[in-house]
Amino acid sequence: MSSFWNIWIWVLSLGTLIGCFLLLRWCSKNFAGVKEGESMGHSFDGIEELNNPLPKWWSTFFLLTIVWAFGYIALYGLGSWTGLLGWKSSNQGILNLAESRAKTLEYLNKDSGVLVQYDREVAAADAKYGPIFDAYAARSIEDLATDGEALKVGQRLFIQNCSQCHGSDAHGTTGFPNLADKDWLYGGSPETIKETIMNGRKASGMMAWEGALGGEQGVKEVAAYVISLSGRSVDPDLAKAGKGKFALCAGCHGSEGQGSLALGLPMGAPNLTDNIWLYGGSKRAIEESIRYGRAGVMPPWKDILGEEKVHLISAYVYSLSQD
Amino acid sequence: MKNSHEIVEKNVGLFFLFTVFAISIGGLVEITPLFFQKELSTPVDNLKPYTALQMEGRDIYIREGCNNCHSQMIRPFRAETERYGHYSVAGEHVWEHPFLWGSKRTGPDLARVGGRYSDDWHIAHLTDPRSVVPESNMPAYNWLNTNTLDGELTGKKLDTFNFLTRNRTHKDENGKAIPLYTQAEIDGAKDAVKGKTEMSALIAYLQSLGHALK
Repeated sequence: MSSFWNIWIWVLSLGTLIGCFLLLRWCSKNFAGVKEGESMGHSFDGIEELNNPLPKWWSTFFLLTIVWAFGYIALYGLGSWTGLLGWKSSNQGILNLAESRAKTLEYLNKDSGVLVQYDREVAAADAKYGPIFDAYAARSIEDLATDGEALKVGQRLFIQNCSQCHGSDAHGTTGFPNLADKDWLYGGSPETIKETIMNGRKASGMMAWEGALGGEQGVKEVAAYVISLSGRSVDPDLAKAGKGKFALCAGCHGSEGQGSLALGLPMGAPNLTDNIWLYGGSKRAIEESIRYGRAGVMPPWKDILGEEKVHLISAYVYSLSQD
Repeated sequence: MKNSHEIVEKNVGLFFLFTVFAISIGGLVEITPLFFQKELSTPVDNLKPYTALQMEGRDIYIREGCNNCHSQMIRPFRAETERYGHYSVAGEHVWEHPFLWGSKRTGPDLARVGGRYSDDWHIAHLTDPRSVVPESNMPAYNWLNTNTLDGELTGKKLDTFNFLTRNRTHKDENGKAIPLYTQAEIDGAKDAVKGKTEMSALIAYLQSLGHALK
């Protein structure tokens, strides 16, 4: 803050406080030329104005607020002076995260003379909860998946951060995978689950196939074949024609429709033979998937939650598909 | 000095002036200096201007009154930063006209919602919030799927933001202010948004929020 505005703040603030004090003193004096409690000499409707002083309790409290204000300024500062406590709510002037972290470290040092309330609050919480998370972080996900207390923490974190898409029971919904079954797009090992949560997943994206399949008829044929893969009854002629065209799909879904995971490929193309449908298993939904394509995205969480919390959520998610 | 306060008590105009003066001191001390403080007009390092589509999305956000239920202001309390991320700082908002901090949270804070959910989730959620969050009391905004943008005013909006932010943009290596939008961007704004749905604009805006301090 420039010295002009600093002076501006000091002069106006202290001027107001002193002004209030002088006004109170002046108003407490008797200029009326009439003794206290006696008539001022005019009445209306039988109501008479008396020369009454300001109530004692009122002027005492007024005086106390002025004293309070000086005490407040001494402790919390005024203008660019930070006061005896050196108190700030947060580090507002920062321009990037690195600067924010550097300031936090600098001011957490008691010798800095600055007390940032937010940083102290976080440091106190870290001291309390840090060891708990550290202890969990040191254990494997398989181990945590059998620990009821760890799973409780993991479940709470899941409900707060993951349930918006995957549902509070982790059973998912159309477009958002069920995490409680044994059907995985990217893999269900503890390490893979953690990797998925940490860095997110972006499906390579199924393209819109209507053009490449020769229009609506092609879509219908391939859909019929895909439906037949999980043992449902379809028009055999359509399915037969679809089987010929399925070669286009085999690059990601595999020649048998077994999905990219079974092939050891990373694109997250679902298994089409298990009658589990991410985007709906009706004829119409499957045709729509083929016609317009699909591309699911799982956002990365490592910067939002940090690895320790992701570790616990991974354990919770892993536990859901274990018997 | 006999009864001189009678002058004030018996003159409404004078009493009004003194009252205004007394009340304005608070503003003069607490608000006026902020206009001239460097940290309140310096953008954070990673702050990026809205693209044409995001700018249109922002106007839809305002039109639909999202800011009536969603704040964009994370306060410096651990209880907030645990859920939403780093607290908001002034430098993230120096290009906002008007700012959309909001004053009420019926829904969650959105200051750092960008990247937190997939585009698919936003479509499902804005079309029918209950389809993904059963306990939600947010209204459905399904018309966003069918309304399209014509882009007639988009270029003007970008140009106006150049004017509004002229003293508070990033500086190049010579210390010269870099305007938010080049003339080419302003000229191309209409084509950049024309025909796109309001849904895609609003989601583009939501996905852009909060990356400046991540």
